[in-house]
Amino acid sequence: MSKRKHDISRRQFLEGSGAVLVAATAGPKLSAQLSSSIQPETGGATREVPSTAIRLVVNGTEHRLEVEDRWTLAEVLRDHLGLTGTKIGCNRGECGACTVLLDGKPVYSCSNLAVWADGREVRTVEGLAHGDQLDPLQRAFVEHDGPQCGFCTSGQLMSARGLLTRNPHPTAREVRAAMTGNICRCSNYNRYVEAVLAASSTRDAKTSDRGAGRSTAPGRRGAKASARAGGA
Amino acid sequence: MTTRFIGKPLKRKEDPRLIQGLSHYVDDLNLAGMHYAAFLRSPYAHANIRSVDLSKARRASGVVLALSGTDIDGAIQPVPCAAQIPDMKSGARPVLARDRVRFVGESVAVLVASDRYAARDALDLIEVDYEPLTPIVNPEKAIAKGAAPLHAGQKDNVAFKWELEGGDLKAAFKAADKVIKQRIVNQRVIPVPIETRGVLADYQPGEGQLTVWSSTQIPHLLRTQIASMLNFPETLVHVVAPEVGGGFGTKLNVYPEEAIVAYLAIQLGKPVKWSESRRENFQATIHGRDQIDDLEVAIKRDGTILGLRCRVIADLGAYYQLLTPLIPTLTGLMMTGCYKIPAARMEITGVFTNKMATDAYRGAGRPEATYLIERVMDLVAAELKKGPVEVRRKNFPQPKDFPYATPTGLIYDSGDYQKALDMALKVADYKKLRQEQAKLRKEERYMGIGISTYVEICGMGPSSAMPAGGWESATVRVEPTGRVSVMTGSSPHGQGQETTFAQMGADVLGIDPSQVQVVHGDTSVVPYGIGTFGSRATAVGGTAVYKSLQKVKEKLARIAAHIVGSDPERMVFANRKIFAKQSPKKSVAFGQAVSAAYVAKTLPAEMEPGLEATTFFEPTNFTYPFGTHICVVEIDAETGDVKLVRYVAVDDCGNVINPLLVEGQVQGGIVQSVGQALFEEAVYDEQGQLITGELMDYALPRASDMCWIEAARTVTPTPVNPLGVKGVGEAGTIAATPALAGAVADALAPFGVHHVDMPFKREKIWQVMSKNRRRVQ
Repeated sequence: MSKRKHDISRRQFLEGSGAVLVAATAGPKLSAQLSSSIQPETGGATREVPSTAIRLVVNGTEHRLEVEDRWTLAEVLRDHLGLTGTKIGCNRGECGACTVLLDGKPVYSCSNLAVWADGREVRTVEGLAHGDQLDPLQRAFVEHDGPQCGFCTSGQLMSARGLLTRNPHPTAREVRAAMTGNICRCSNYNRYVEAVLAASSTRDAKTSDRGAGRSTAPGRRGAKASARAGGA
Repeated sequence: MTTRFIGKPLKRKEDPRLIQGLSHYVDDLNLAGMHYAAFLRSPYAHANIRSVDLSKARRASGVVLALSGTDIDGAIQPVPCAAQIPDMKSGARPVLARDRVRFVGESVAVLVASDRYAARDALDLIEVDYEPLTPIVNPEKAIAKGAAPLHAGQKDNVAFKWELEGGDLKAAFKAADKVIKQRIVNQRVIPVPIETRGVLADYQPGEGQLTVWSSTQIPHLLRTQIASMLNFPETLVHVVAPEVGGGFGTKLNVYPEEAIVAYLAIQLGKPVKWSESRRENFQATIHGRDQIDDLEVAIKRDGTILGLRCRVIADLGAYYQLLTPLIPTLTGLMMTGCYKIPAARMEITGVFTNKMATDAYRGAGRPEATYLIERVMDLVAAELKKGPVEVRRKNFPQPKDFPYATPTGLIYDSGDYQKALDMALKVADYKKLRQEQAKLRKEERYMGIGISTYVEICGMGPSSAMPAGGWESATVRVEPTGRVSVMTGSSPHGQGQETTFAQMGADVLGIDPSQVQVVHGDTSVVPYGIGTFGSRATAVGGTAVYKSLQKVKEKLARIAAHIVGSDPERMVFANRKIFAKQSPKKSVAFGQAVSAAYVAKTLPAEMEPGLEATTFFEPTNFTYPFGTHICVVEIDAETGDVKLVRYVAVDDCGNVINPLLVEGQVQGGIVQSVGQALFEEAVYDEQGQLITGELMDYALPRASDMCWIEAARTVTPTPVNPLGVKGVGEAGTIAATPALAGAVADALAPFGVHHVDMPFKREKIWQVMSKNRRRVQ
């Protein structure tokens, strides 16, 4: 079981899943992001829309942007910084697909105006890996078969990252509570919870409270299964 | 074939891009010069349209085009419906309403602007003069005498009547010791994929090429339908389903927006994108379920069920979508469940109301059937004061009875229902659970145990039983470098076919799954296919892949045998080598044999060069997975809150390609079903307003609502396909609602209550407990 093996590179890890190309091309692109300046699109129309110059640090890269005051953080990330890993599932703060970390704290980026983030630090799913090393949560999500359609996955990861940063030893109940603002309609919640526990420093997640109290379910089934798969 | 990968829990090939935010769903795609479409939707459930004034909107900043239903009259055909029921009335949905709107959210106009803000703002400048009409919301009132018909030229709101009868029902009821009657309601629910629908269309006038990216489960069928709806050459339509963020049946459909956005791109010569809002998704993407079932059950005192009669009112909404009328008929086919019931009859009345259409939502007619028959089993048990396990066991067909013919005309392929039940009872420690329940009841704590023994219909299906083809295609091409491309017509949206089909490719050809790339969703690359729905991707799509792999393998065996001078029949594929079984030294590298197929200098006489095979697999029957789910709830007597305490799922979906993915499908299906049982309900008020029109009002299950799921499997392969796989995508959704309903009814048994309709909201349960004084100690 390799949940704490930080020495496995993202590339090595992904090779097991046959996605070498993705990893190889994605890594340099992310780290090569430079400070940039973006003007709002006027779309060919002459409309008076108030705008503000802001400074955002996104995944460690500083951006100076002129943003329309009505733009949400999600819009700026997706439409103007090309970071489409942050998804919009409802655009009204109800589903959690757009969750990012704002100064380390999970927020719904669809419900935060970009101007509110002026001078603050934003982390998106694209910046979750540390250089070539995937975040332990990302590895655990794969090992525990968390994503199905994948649309809520970015948000789930960012909420989980926020949780583990403030509480490295959560119980299953705490994980469920922390992830409750992120809807997964494929409904693979238990797998996500297992993955977060596996990526956490919680010593024995198996016997930490498990939501049900009486369950004897082997919560790490996915992990064991993946370990076998890795050797195949 | 040695199976190094089939049956193993490989990590998904899809996941790396998903966990890094690198995959592309429709809304992540952008084209130069892209414009944005927005739809004006009716705020009325039922109204005549006197006029639509677009003049102000057309003058608005950034707007390049605005069209009403009158403007496009005749240019785009109505939404297609593939289901045909004898004597069904027309319920075709115009892509934009022209004279009348029939549900809240129906589009009356569309406009295109240079950015999203301009498009949204301009919608407010469209003036529609509506003449409100009385909405018809309740399906029983809709078919009552004197109700005004929704559709012009029709005498009432009965869309169709459908009957199915098998066995001697009269004799069954005559021979009965008792007849139980019950009305049960399977409420309307809203599927809510987290990725809403979205369409991006691009037209290249020089080439005449129309490309449509859509979040769809059926790219090929969509291509055909767009061509038909626009009267555009199908050869010039290219449809791509990129990453699709969940479908659950909603994207197994053709919607007005798909045709209109394509039309707009052609008209404007510019790329046009439309992204559905969450509110639009609630109002104008298909809903599910919505049946009222009146049942009568003829039983013997010993628990034998002799006959089952059911009258169903299916609320279809205002119009037909692709499969709307078909869905309740699946309930009819499966109404006898996993029991030997000699006689059965179902009468369905499909009804038009002023609501969004119902259609295939995960399970599509089978959850309704399972809910119905499993409630019957619990009601029979309660009536006869027998245990729910005993009554079920009494009516099971035995393993020797398979293939088993139902009175509804189906042939169940294979099954061992006792085995799955026994395993579930063991995993749950059922006896101990009952002891615990008795103890808690003495303490006035209300624990309930629910059992659902289900069978479902999967692997859809033989074309003879499907509205638009039940086969599936696959092309396998071994590329000159030795990498393998698998093109599948089963376009996935979260099921993981990129992994499972790669496992198959690796085992058949003796290579690594990393060498196999599964390609899907692009009609220019993949041969015509049907799509992913009805738990068919592995059973039908996978079999097509398997057969194509076999064809390629046979050719490679002949090439390799020719090179080493051996018999093609004796060639073995393993570890990237092809060698003679008896003399492994007679061996060629996999890549060398592949290369020979392309270089074409050392091929056997009369063999064509190249290494590609296509299969259109037509199954001979559906498949029938089954299992037993056991659920334990505890009801808070003070609040009526139903807490899910334990959940045991034993599923049998035949052979398994990837157990990790199978369990994921089961887990997700169960939770989705828990949603219907405990929380979800689409509520239209008397005016036909959808008052559960967003996620704050329509409660979905969340991580904190779930307990762990204890999952296990039995394996009873199907003879219907060479893989022996049955399908699992809908099993959880089909099995779980009756388990929950049974558990809630069991918990409420001390109150003399044996049935409560879903969803089991606190208020409802609290009222049931308050109204019915506790009778049993």
